Amino acid sequence: MSSWPILSLVTFLPLVGALFCLVVNGPKEAVDRNCRSAALLTSLATFLVSLVLWVRFDPTKASFQFEEKLDWVPALSIGYHVGIDGISLFFVLLSTLLTPICILASWESVQVRVKEYMIAFLVLETFMVGMFCALDLALFYVFFEGVLIPMFLIIGVWGGKRRVYAAFKFFLYTLLGSVLMLLAIIAVYWQVGTTDLPTAMEKLDLPFTWQCWLWLAFFASFAVKVPMWPVHTWLPDAHVEAPTAGSVILAGVLLKMGGYGFLRFSIPLFPEASQYFAPLVFGLSIVAVIYTSLVALVQEDMKKLIAYSSVAHMGFVTIGAFIMNMQSVQGSIFQMLSHGIVSAALFLCVGVVYDRMHTREIAAYGGLVHRMPRYAFTFMFFTLASVGLPGLSGFVGEFLVLVGTFKANTWVAFLATTGIILGAAYALWLYRKIVFGELTKDSLKGILDMNRREIALFLPLVLITLWMGIYPSSFLDPMAPSVDKLIGDYQAALKLARTAALVP
Amino acid sequence: MVVGLESWTLARPELFLAASAMLLLIYGVVRGEVATPFISVATSVVMLVTAVLLFAPYREGTAFASLFIVDRLTATMKAMVLIGAAVAVLMSRSYFEQAKAWRFEYPVLVALATLGMMLMISANDLMSLYVGLELQSLALYVIAAFQRDSLRSTEAGVKYFVLGSVASGMLLFGASLIYGFCGGTAFVQISQALLDGKAAEFGVVVGLVFVVAGLAFKVSAVPFHMWTPDVYEGAPTPVTALFAVAPKIAAISLMVSVLMGPFKPLFLQWQQIIVVAAVLSMALGAFAALRQQNIKRLMAYSSIGNVGYVLLGLASGSEKGIQSIVFYLAIYLVMTLGVFATILMMKRRGVMVESVSDLAGLAKSQPMMAFAMLLFMFSLAGIPPLAGFWGKLYIFIAAVEAHLYIPAVLGVLASVVASYYYLRIVKVMYFDEATDALDSTPFGVYRTVAFVSAILVTLFSLAPQPLSLIAAAAAKGLFP
Repeated sequence: MSSWPILSLVTFLPLVGALFCLVVNGPKEAVDRNCRSAALLTSLATFLVSLVLWVRFDPTKASFQFEEKLDWVPALSIGYHVGIDGISLFFVLLSTLLTPICILASWESVQVRVKEYMIAFLVLETFMVGMFCALDLALFYVFFEGVLIPMFLIIGVWGGKRRVYAAFKFFLYTLLGSVLMLLAIIAVYWQVGTTDLPTAMEKLDLPFTWQCWLWLAFFASFAVKVPMWPVHTWLPDAHVEAPTAGSVILAGVLLKMGGYGFLRFSIPLFPEASQYFAPLVFGLSIVAVIYTSLVALVQEDMKKLIAYSSVAHMGFVTIGAFIMNMQSVQGSIFQMLSHGIVSAALFLCVGVVYDRMHTREIAAYGGLVHRMPRYAFTFMFFTLASVGLPGLSGFVGEFLVLVGTFKANTWVAFLATTGIILGAAYALWLYRKIVFGELTKDSLKGILDMNRREIALFLPLVLITLWMGIYPSSFLDPMAPSVDKLIGDYQAALKLARTAALVP
Repeated sequence: MVVGLESWTLARPELFLAASAMLLLIYGVVRGEVATPFISVATSVVMLVTAVLLFAPYREGTAFASLFIVDRLTATMKAMVLIGAAVAVLMSRSYFEQAKAWRFEYPVLVALATLGMMLMISANDLMSLYVGLELQSLALYVIAAFQRDSLRSTEAGVKYFVLGSVASGMLLFGASLIYGFCGGTAFVQISQALLDGKAAEFGVVVGLVFVVAGLAFKVSAVPFHMWTPDVYEGAPTPVTALFAVAPKIAAISLMVSVLMGPFKPLFLQWQQIIVVAAVLSMALGAFAALRQQNIKRLMAYSSIGNVGYVLLGLASGSEKGIQSIVFYLAIYLVMTLGVFATILMMKRRGVMVESVSDLAGLAKSQPMMAFAMLLFMFSLAGIPPLAGFWGKLYIFIAAVEAHLYIPAVLGVLASVVASYYYLRIVKVMYFDEATDALDSTPFGVYRTVAFVSAILVTLFSLAPQPLSLIAAAAAKGLFP
């Protein structure tokens, strides 16, 4: 399409800002100020460039667009191959949108080691975007794992009291899953002789048992990332201890890496194993939806509650991805995007009161509506979006997933729906406890409403949530051809396997 | 035996190093201690020139009636050894000056040890193998104990000597058995005898086991690793840096050329041994390091773990396996030199400290040093996009292609465990508050080495291709 390497530009532009931050020198005040501005400007610039992707994206094509292919390690047939299709387009946009918001959100709350903080976020953005664009297994792995380094530091350096524990848990859990995936990637490479993803999709033809092993290895990595029950326990810890912006990125983008991984790698590469293991995924997802919703109900920490709600919401994503029909997969992707915006906003909401009161305990709040009307409105807006109020983004995703699931498996749909009811229960309970009631606590009497910077943070998120809820087609249409192709290839592969099985 | 001109030409780099070492020794004896700074710099320069001589012009073949072989693999390994040794010598000065043990014999001894390593790498006969091995070992025993008035250094030297002699004895015993059963010491003779049906002889296999055990000792593979932590901890830090790179690379190279050369016909026999040693080394390197407080000791276990990965590459026995070893060792060399340069910068009020907790809060007091160490640690843990990841990737590719699935799975799991203690160092530097800041190091060798290594480790991902080509060319030496 274009001769401009626009994807690489989006991927590596943040590094320019990081490099600037690295070399900037002088008195602390000036360095902090310069780093903040530089980080904000680069991330905004990156976002603007990424919008060009959306504008110039051809929504009628199912194939990869903006492709770039370079030799990287020809000796090992590893290439630098990037490109996006309808599935990855919006994840790239999500990453580039949330990064400036995170940087703005940390404007005042982060006062120590500002320079390193900004560098970590910009490097993180490069890894996230690169991961969603990567069309080479090795390249994907490099970005996928690379994310761990800045995130480990963000949690560990700028986190709360038990930050060391949380950072280690996050790192080791994710690494353990990922290294198994690395072996599976090597096995795929060994089979097809290259790590190029499109080639691998075409050529990979494995016996069923092999598919199962490799699928499980990929699953080990993505399930931890999503996270699926029972490997979700790192998430509440990481969320609680991470600084606000860290939680935002964690919930907004990093969790999506798992769901995206299923759709991009597990299903196309191992269709038969995906079908075989689908009931396992459904089972774990339903447990996640119901169990973590119940756990969320008894939390005392705001962030922990939202973290558990994330696990429940991601349960819908995994169900949708493995039901494998048009509605469910679109719903699954849409749910990820919506969750990326809404849960990010909810963590920001927590951050707003945390910055003022320095506690996340639910019991420490109550009656905020009397002092903070604007905050009360924003928080309600996103609570309802998370619950799935029609007209807001959460509804579309959940509805599509459930419609798709109902067609394929009524029981799964039934059980998943109970999660929605529980979700409404804990979300509204949280909201009531914090915002409604009498303002009795003395500590809260002087609390101030959101300032202009904070309004600026939420405004784009509010607008996008409305947009996604009212006119989802702008998002669903571009992804339709790619999803259609994904399902078509999947069905074709299964059919081929069945015919092969029939031949004596 | 008539030695032709060709032999001398092939051994040109070794001859140059040997002659230079002698001349420097004489110069030192004549001038006394004042000549030490010059000799140390000259030794490094000589080593680097020797490394250049290996390739300009490059010649290959066998020399001295087949005692000595030169091919791409040996040349590449020698270059790595020479670079490692040269940097280690450069890094020694300020340490020994402070310890008041800065003598001109030190660089000369390192040069002689390096010469021994080069002979080892080029050995094509059990005799030359042993001569090279002993030349390097004897010089290294002395170097380990070089800080004479330090109890720990002396202890390290003695330990290294006693255990090293046992290993040499085992090797010699194995070699004699092999000689007895195969009727020759030259690698070609052994290989021919094995192909002619001697492979089934029990004595040969016993001999092989002894040889492998002796070599495993030299590369510090489990279960012959016991000396490593003590020697690494006790020896003066620059010597530890040297130990961690040069002799290790040389011994691995020797192991590769012995096992992949004359003993190739016994592949299935030695593969089992190597797989077990590899898995145990990876596991021990990961688990034993978890609770170490001394950073040199920690690096000793880390190096044991790294040897495990290299052995996994060797166990695949394929051309890819050998490539992966060269590739891995080159990255290991850079990372290790960087780490030790950083360790050598750890000083508090002028006194060297070497405990992990001394690094507390380093990110605040010396951000650049902490950042370099962070990069090395993540790289050693094998996290992309840093260089260490590529080394591991290459090794695992070779292992999976050789159907070593279980060892590969155990290997990646060990790497997860190992990442814990690398992360712990990052945690101490970045998450903990400083109690007492370390001194800042003036610009010099240490900072340069750390800086260059950090740049290489970070930017390696931009162009892994050149190194993979070098590795591929080197492996061609064994698979013509």
